[in-house]
Amino acid sequence: MFGGDPLLSGHVDLAVVLIVILKVVAVFAFLLVATMLMIWFERKVVSDFQNRVGPNTAGPFGILQTLADGIKFFFKEDLIPDRAERRVFILAPLLTVVPAFLLFTIVPFGGDFSNGHDGSVEIFGHTTYLQLADPAIGILFALAMSSIAVYGVMLAGWSSGSKYPLIGSVRASAQMVSYEAALGLSVCAVVLTTGTLSTHGIVMAQAGSGWGGFIPHWNLIAAGFVPFVVFLLASQAELNRPPFDLVEAEQELVGSYHTEYSSIRFALFFVAEFMNSVTMAAIIVTLFLGGPAGPVLLGPGWLWGVIWFLLKMTAFLFLFVWVRSTVPRVRYDQLMDLGWKVLIPLSLGWLLLLATFWVARDQHWNGFITVAIGAVVGLTGYGLLKASIATSKARRLEGVVD
Amino acid sequence: MTATHELPTNVNQTSEGGQELTSADVIAAGERLRELGAVLRLSENDAILAEREQVPDDETMIINMGPQHPSTHGVLRLMLELQGETVLRCKPIIGYLHTGMERTGEELSYLQGPTNVTRMDYAAPLFTELAFSLTVEKLLDIEVPERAIWIRMLMTEMNRISSHLLFMATNGMDLGAVSMMLYGWREREEALRFLQEVTGLRMNHNYIRPGGVAADLPDGWRDGVLRLLDMLPGRLAEYDTLLNQQPIFRERLQGVGAINADECLALGVTGPILRSTGYDWDLRRDMPYLAFDQVDFDVVVGSYGDCFDRYAIRLAEIHESMKIVRQCLEKMPKGDYRIQDKKVTPPPRARIDESMEALIHHFKIFTEGFKVPEGEAYVAIESPRGELGCYIVSDGSSNPYRMHVRAPSFVNLQTLPHLMHGSLVADAVAIISSVDPILGEVDR
Repeated sequence: MFGGDPLLSGHVDLAVVLIVILKVVAVFAFLLVATMLMIWFERKVVSDFQNRVGPNTAGPFGILQTLADGIKFFFKEDLIPDRAERRVFILAPLLTVVPAFLLFTIVPFGGDFSNGHDGSVEIFGHTTYLQLADPAIGILFALAMSSIAVYGVMLAGWSSGSKYPLIGSVRASAQMVSYEAALGLSVCAVVLTTGTLSTHGIVMAQAGSGWGGFIPHWNLIAAGFVPFVVFLLASQAELNRPPFDLVEAEQELVGSYHTEYSSIRFALFFVAEFMNSVTMAAIIVTLFLGGPAGPVLLGPGWLWGVIWFLLKMTAFLFLFVWVRSTVPRVRYDQLMDLGWKVLIPLSLGWLLLLATFWVARDQHWNGFITVAIGAVVGLTGYGLLKASIATSKARRLEGVVD
Repeated sequence: MTATHELPTNVNQTSEGGQELTSADVIAAGERLRELGAVLRLSENDAILAEREQVPDDETMIINMGPQHPSTHGVLRLMLELQGETVLRCKPIIGYLHTGMERTGEELSYLQGPTNVTRMDYAAPLFTELAFSLTVEKLLDIEVPERAIWIRMLMTEMNRISSHLLFMATNGMDLGAVSMMLYGWREREEALRFLQEVTGLRMNHNYIRPGGVAADLPDGWRDGVLRLLDMLPGRLAEYDTLLNQQPIFRERLQGVGAINADECLALGVTGPILRSTGYDWDLRRDMPYLAFDQVDFDVVVGSYGDCFDRYAIRLAEIHESMKIVRQCLEKMPKGDYRIQDKKVTPPPRARIDESMEALIHHFKIFTEGFKVPEGEAYVAIESPRGELGCYIVSDGSSNPYRMHVRAPSFVNLQTLPHLMHGSLVADAVAIISSVDPILGEVDR
């Protein structure tokens, strides 16, 4: 019931409990520091893109700017509007922050996965993985937590008792729920490829020397690029990051769901948002880029796991910031179109295609015929979808259906 | 004394009451049509459609956008009736920046006038100065020297560039491309640097005055112009890469807020909005003022009348303005930068020390100003936003009896209900941006 972690499989004594507590503290501290650095990193990189200097006074390179902002937020006056639904209003920021923390618990962040090692390390004579928990349902837990975070945003907007937040919360629920589907379907492709839900198992499946000795066994390639692209896009929508930041939409809804928030409650939303960025980057790395798996060059193996993990994660965080500073925001209907008419059919089709290949391999079917049939079915489906979208658009323009 | 709180009579006579958007079933039909954005006389078919659009009141939400909202370009206030995300009705409410500039203009002498009018369109201040000065000169019936004309052309075209760059910046920001905002500001700052070198100020220059310009071009002005002309094409190519080739950007603007030429003419719309419909009208070419008949430039027109056309036209107009600026560089004549009429322009500083008469002229001009013959005049020029006209009635004294500025932003604002009807909230922001109103000019 405790999943695959060998630490919990044997006798549970005081040392085991202490190790778990140590890991909890370590992950908590890592997340907080990472979030702090992420906010600084984003501001610094965006300002580089925009010919600005960015934060530069607090600490070296302004690295302590976030800390200063956080302290300031604690001393700000906390306002709760009269028309707000008090309890929900207070609960909402917590509902976004707590899942953001929990999401990281299943991410493997270190360990030696090279040369057939299973990424376990020895602490005080106990063998354990470098991840807080490795439940058998692993990746489902991640999806569940990111869904719960939607409630925080939605309730915040609804409970503010104000119009702009209300529009934002309606947008939030529609957007996040529809992108959840695309997110889930692309995760399905990964699960199908690796054959496990456990995050540790997913990393294990991607470890090893790779095809031809140098092309890594990453799901990025093994599952075909499509799930990766879909997941990357959907995760941006799930995170409310540009170009899908309609829920905040500074220029349209003036920040929407957090318009009425002030003081540390306001800050909590931001902490949650950046923490989710960090975690989502970590999950993308886990699912598609082999997490901490990578060659060991020098020194202890587990440390190289951490280094590879951080490097891959930082690359994605940079990508997030790059996208943010480059593209304009999409419109609400375009966002929905992209989600429902492109990403979901695409990931669903790809999942079916992938499943066909796996069955074909197991049953020793003729590879060429399988590919041909798969392509024909896929194209037919695409054609039907196109036709139905065109028909519905034509009917809407005629005014037959509203 | 009774403690009544009656408003003064003049307030009662002029007040239009609360400007809120009321619910659809209690307002008069005409008012409702205005808020729906009906422009031309409705055909029977359209009237039926408009009638059918009546939605139950509990499905709609009336929302107040502005006057303090990040994308209403200052203090424009819009009342929107939304059904979901769709805008049904829109009512622009103005007056939050009203400082009575036209009235102030009647208290100031003709020499002080430009100081006042320059604050109207604060993104393109030289244009209002130019319109005012041209009108006064028409009343005085004087001809300004050649060099002054070309300096005015050079400066206003530079100002047009800076104004359009500001549009590029704010348009990008309103669509969520925040980097674009800073790129636009960066280039605008370069343009303003040149204006500052010449006039001493970045904005509100008070440079173009009746009788010429305030000062001659400084030494090395050509380098300043050339620096800008060399820099801009590369930067504009960057905009092209960042925005025009960005599918999200095109999707956000193409087909949004479309208007046709008939509707533009019915609303009195001018400038890039009119040209975006394909209507070929530019005062610089069609009713030339200054020396625009001696320079070669193209009038850029669009074809769809949507937000993207308006954006593209402004981008192309920057190129056209650069063309004109280049020709100004080549053709800049030598001579006086202001008219040598002692009644209109003050004598040079050096003359005051040696000539009693000069001192008297100087004193008279700066105390009571110069007198302008009785009459009225209207002169219109092409500002970055459209036809900018100045109408002055003179009673023969040294300040105008009545001054009115036909502000293109004010007239163009009328299109908002029409453009927004049936669009989404996000489009509404893009539409405000593409109309590019300057609220200082709207409220005057």
